Amino acid sequence: MADTLTGAEHDPAARVPGFPMPRAAGCPFDPPPALTAAQQEGPLARVRLWDGKDYWLLTRYADQRAVLLDPRVSADLTSPGYPLQAPGSGKNDIGFILMDDPEHARLRRMVTAPFAIKRVEALRPAVQTIADDLVDAMLAGPKPVDLVQALALPLPSLVICALLGVPYDDHDFFQENSRILIKRDAAVEERTAAHGELIGYLDELMGEKMTHPGDDLLSGLVARVESGELSRLDAAQMGVLLLLAGHETTANMIALGTLALLEHPAQLALLRDTDDPKLIASAVEELLRYLSIVHGGRRRAVLADIEVAGQLIRAGEGVILPNDLANRDPEAFPDPDRLDLTRDARRHVAFGFGVHQCLGQPLARMELQVVCGTLYRRVPGLRLAADIAELPFKHDGSVYGVYELPVTW
Amino acid sequence: MRVELDEPKCVASGQCVLTAPEVFDQRDEDGIAFVTDEEPAPDSLDAVREAVAICPAAAIRLTER
Ligand code: HEM
Ligand code: SF4
Repeated sequence: MADTLTGAEHDPAARVPGFPMPRAAGCPFDPPPALTAAQQEGPLARVRLWDGKDYWLLTRYADQRAVLLDPRVSADLTSPGYPLQAPGSGKNDIGFILMDDPEHARLRRMVTAPFAIKRVEALRPAVQTIADDLVDAMLAGPKPVDLVQALALPLPSLVICALLGVPYDDHDFFQENSRILIKRDAAVEERTAAHGELIGYLDELMGEKMTHPGDDLLSGLVARVESGELSRLDAAQMGVLLLLAGHETTANMIALGTLALLEHPAQLALLRDTDDPKLIASAVEELLRYLSIVHGGRRRAVLADIEVAGQLIRAGEGVILPNDLANRDPEAFPDPDRLDLTRDARRHVAFGFGVHQCLGQPLARMELQVVCGTLYRRVPGLRLAADIAELPFKHDGSVYGVYELPVTW
Repeated sequence: MRVELDEPKCVASGQCVLTAPEVFDQRDEDGIAFVTDEEPAPDSLDAVREAVAICPAAAIRLTER
């Protein structure tokens, strides 16, 4: 009987495919073939998660955007029917990304100011200096070098540390714990321990800022704790969310984006030969669309009956919205599987959509623009120093990328 | 044509400011967007339409007046 078998993928009787699905060998940048096939079949599919339960999966760009905007869907993983990422993921609360309005909006608005376009633009010269220094050090050192360690990870980590007021010297500690927290197959205890470590660390840091406040984001949160607007736990959770989202995502975009460009030399040449900020900005949007690194699917629970593509989805059911699939919808992006840095990709949903759309997107864009305008021009002979088939891809993470990227020049 | 922005809906994504900087700006205190030119010149309208489409919170409207 179906129920007595172990994994969803191994259950031929059910005919409901397991999710997430594996990518095809040799196609590290494309969504899993089974997902693409589901998109060709229709707007909705049924998929089975690790818990043995079946959920709706939305395959189309337009439907995904409509549902992510709908106040009748909830991002709160305690809502009935919510498709949990992994066993026990409900225990490791990381703040407003998993809350609904009005509480979500109240908390988010406490940290939106530093991510405004003007504020982020003001940081661009400092980020350029960081990029130049890291590239200088890379060029002066031995080769081949792991681009993840040399540039992709330190750049966003240095930036988010400065913005939050977290000592960069602690990066080994928080990078290691962040990595565990976003690993799909980490054991429940392992993830809970990593979460506890990070919350404890942020709480202690904020305690220090009570006596020695700075002009950083965490000091701003501490002031709100002192005025009674924010609980100490909410503040620590927001700190964890920002620290984690602030370096893991952008780091993966830098490394995986560089790999994608190395595999598309004509596209790489466009960036190597330009200093046009418009082309660089357009290239970054296209890389975000093409790679859609936050690939586990947005997850939501339906609070009141909704209709998607003519299908009734009932209150208490869960929906999965893979933005990697939406960003490859031919109705939204003609010839979607082609990487074309000159196309207008601005409407992509790589940062999500709806009220939870990425808070850090102006910062991530600016960092990626700096890297795209610097690395390939300064290291024109950049090439991969390994066989792409041998690279360790992050198939196991909720953020896709490569663990290592050996390069030389 | 008139541009309206539903301030309580705005999530401060900054997308409208990037798309049509001559029509939108953000408040210093919380990054919430506001309209700087409620009746933009015809040559700004394409950018405003793009902002309407791209706004993640469906907070912007372009209405006939
Ligand atoms: C290229 C880099 C990045 C990508 C692809 C990315 C992607 C995303 C996505 C897809 C979401 C939506 C989650 C959902 O709807 O469930 C999100 C939310 C979020 N991101 Fe990012 N992100 C990036 C960089 C950053 C940075 C640099 C920061 C912070 C400094 C950040 C902070 C956040 C926060 C706080 C949220 C939650 C927003 C909310 O729930 O209101 N992200 N991000
Ligand atoms: S695009 Fe929409 S959500 Fe983003 S700042 Fe403008 S009005 Fe606000």
